[in-house]
Amino acid sequence: MQRSALAEFLRRNGLLVGFALFVVIVAFDAPAMLGMNNVLSVLRQISIVGVIAIGVTFVVVTERLDLSVGSGLTLLTVLVVEQHNALGPGGAIFMTLLAGAAIGAWNGLLIGYFRLNALIVTLAMLSLLQGLTLWYSGGANVNIQGASESWFPVIGRGALFGIPVPIWVLLATAVAASILLGRSRFGRSVFAVGGNETASNFSGIDSRAVVFFAYVISGVATALGAIIMGSRVLGAQSTIGQGYELTILAGIIIGGTSLLGGTGSIWRTVLGVAMLGFLNNGLLLMGYAYYVQWLVTWVVIIAAVWIDLAAKRGRILA
Amino acid sequence: MRDAGTHYTQPLDKPVLKLDGITKVFPGVKALDAVSFDLRAGEVHALMGENGAGKSTLMKVLAGIHQPDAGRIVHNGVEVRMPTPLAARASGILLIHQELSLSPELSIAENIYLGAWPTNALGILRKRKLNRDAAAALHSLGCDYNPRARVGTLSIARKQMVEIARTQAFNANVVIFDEPTASLTDTERDQLFATIRDLQKRNVAVIYISHKMDEIFQISDRITVLRDGKLQGTVDTADSDIDQLTRMMIGRDLDSYFTRATGQTGPEVLRLEGLGCEGCFKDVDLSVAAGEVLGLYGLIGAGRSELAEAVFGIRKVSAGRIFWMGREITPPSPRKAIDMGLCLAPESRKEQGLVLGMSGRDNITLPHLRDFSRLLMMRRTHETEVFERYRGILKIKTSGPDQRVADLSGGNQQKFVLAKWLCKTPRLLILDEPTRGIDVGSKSAIHALIAELAEQGLAVIVISSEMPEVLGVSNRILTMSDGRINAEFSGAGMTEQALIDAVSAPT
Repeated sequence: MQRSALAEFLRRNGLLVGFALFVVIVAFDAPAMLGMNNVLSVLRQISIVGVIAIGVTFVVVTERLDLSVGSGLTLLTVLVVEQHNALGPGGAIFMTLLAGAAIGAWNGLLIGYFRLNALIVTLAMLSLLQGLTLWYSGGANVNIQGASESWFPVIGRGALFGIPVPIWVLLATAVAASILLGRSRFGRSVFAVGGNETASNFSGIDSRAVVFFAYVISGVATALGAIIMGSRVLGAQSTIGQGYELTILAGIIIGGTSLLGGTGSIWRTVLGVAMLGFLNNGLLLMGYAYYVQWLVTWVVIIAAVWIDLAAKRGRILA
Repeated sequence: MRDAGTHYTQPLDKPVLKLDGITKVFPGVKALDAVSFDLRAGEVHALMGENGAGKSTLMKVLAGIHQPDAGRIVHNGVEVRMPTPLAARASGILLIHQELSLSPELSIAENIYLGAWPTNALGILRKRKLNRDAAAALHSLGCDYNPRARVGTLSIARKQMVEIARTQAFNANVVIFDEPTASLTDTERDQLFATIRDLQKRNVAVIYISHKMDEIFQISDRITVLRDGKLQGTVDTADSDIDQLTRMMIGRDLDSYFTRATGQTGPEVLRLEGLGCEGCFKDVDLSVAAGEVLGLYGLIGAGRSELAEAVFGIRKVSAGRIFWMGREITPPSPRKAIDMGLCLAPESRKEQGLVLGMSGRDNITLPHLRDFSRLLMMRRTHETEVFERYRGILKIKTSGPDQRVADLSGGNQQKFVLAKWLCKTPRLLILDEPTRGIDVGSKSAIHALIAELAEQGLAVIVISSEMPEVLGVSNRILTMSDGRINAEFSGAGMTEQALIDAVSAPT
């Protein structure tokens, strides 16, 4: 079966085309959007979502979900702030990455080795982590103490060669993750398990371990996001990561990574997250109320999955 | 809803159903080629043929699951179309699937009337009427099951009865049984046959699909044979015999079509002693030597694939010993099996053999990621080299290393399954249904390859339900029935008749 070239092009790049149109429209209305300052500011804003979405992409390619990243972000941000005050920046970063890996490992154990449903396990984890946050912080806001003497704020607030450090972190994470997913042995196994888990097992791939490590990566990426967050805000409260899981998933889907598993790429995820960021920014610049962002996000998500499906089956309706 | 109890009455010789020139083409395969046959009221008409001959496709056309590309269906003297399974059922044609189509969480009554539940004006289910009607339908079959019981709690035989109860509930005049006795005990089979005779007395026409010769001769009035999607003829059971049917089913000169390895055997590669697996097979003794092609023949459900999966480490072994190259080993994991050179090309290439969304190159190297990587990174150029080598050796038709295997024909997909295992020269290759659903040309290429591999010193086990294939490629054949190996044949002892007798022998 041969799809028409146009349908195929639209399927692969439809959103990019739509996004380009949007940018042109906004640029006429609010030229400030394309200014260097605005672009860097948007990229800095999306860096936390972007870094975590990169980790979650591994999970999504294995045909699973991670809804616990939002409350994971909350707990880990509280953790990095508290530990900064107790152990100093180096110790805090190490502890946070370790805790992130542990959260991922716990998810991965239940989903990979015990075969529990990913949606339910990570939804339950969302609740568990929220509870742990409240227990750990007592519900109070926490703040970085002695920020002026610490190098910790550089991560969220510094700049290198005129570009904010969070953007560098996002870029470095994306490069490393892209090599891991696209070129490494592990990455190949992730695609195989997501594409056909049974066939992967018949090929001697231990799908349990692959799923386990995908969740560990997701957990470590969440910790990285939390470190940027803590350093940016210089504090945390128990709602700081609320709703992030949905924005992250939206970015991944808009990027074109299928929830059916077996396909996807890190750069597409970064692109999806960036598109969402610029979309919201553009709407704000054009003077629309904040709630409009939420409505437009709905349009973009539906358009993303629908274009993909419609082009695959060659028809608009099922 | 018609009441259970009133029935069509028709003269016996007038066909209740006539198929005329039915053709059905699937991408790459002509599953049915102008097939015609007729069905009389009150007869049991057996439908026979090898796997892939087109029996199931023909029945799915009748039951509204597939739409024919050409041909007519004449039902009760009127040309009809069966756009959906519900339409077929409403007109009295009922297919009883090999794997039963019941919802385990629903009650017996809800299952009998699945999709056609009686409702009142507000769309509310009329439970009392549903249960009463279901009880009546069951009662007319002599079953006293509680219509409110959950289907999931029933035995397979009872589930089958629930399906058969639909014949009463929908006043069916044509009932199709697809391999109904595959998972029944002897007593349950006798009950089923009594029920079929009962249907027959009520003038219902029955189509009976089975591989088991003894059943066919016991229950049927006429037999129609299909081969490669073409009609081979219809005969009266009373005037026929096993030899004639076998000839009609196989119908070609085996020797000119298959390539057999010379059978120069080397040292033993694998030996199983008393191997067992809970609920799949038991007491399996088997040995295969380098250079040998060992055939494993049996009916679907005999436990052959399960045996292969257990040896390969996909299934848990519960008893027995495994010897590899003369030394006893613990049951391996698939990874360990692959690393020591024991490979399995599984039965279902789409579900078990290939990652369809991946490219041909990536599929070939999937079992050997360690060998195709350095410092944890995949070596793309090395992978492409191997891809090109096997593309040449196996004459795979693909546009290049990046083409997804999902877009290839069945035969070319199967070649990728083989390439996956061949590219790291194994010592033992287990091929489960290596040519299922692929065209004749690819078939003989794969048969030639099997012989060539054995002559190079590989041990090969070929599992197949296609008798000519097993007979044509094997140096030695084991037959399996009900989870046990029950006979061994070699040399001149390998005949169709011997295999049929072995697998259909009552246990």
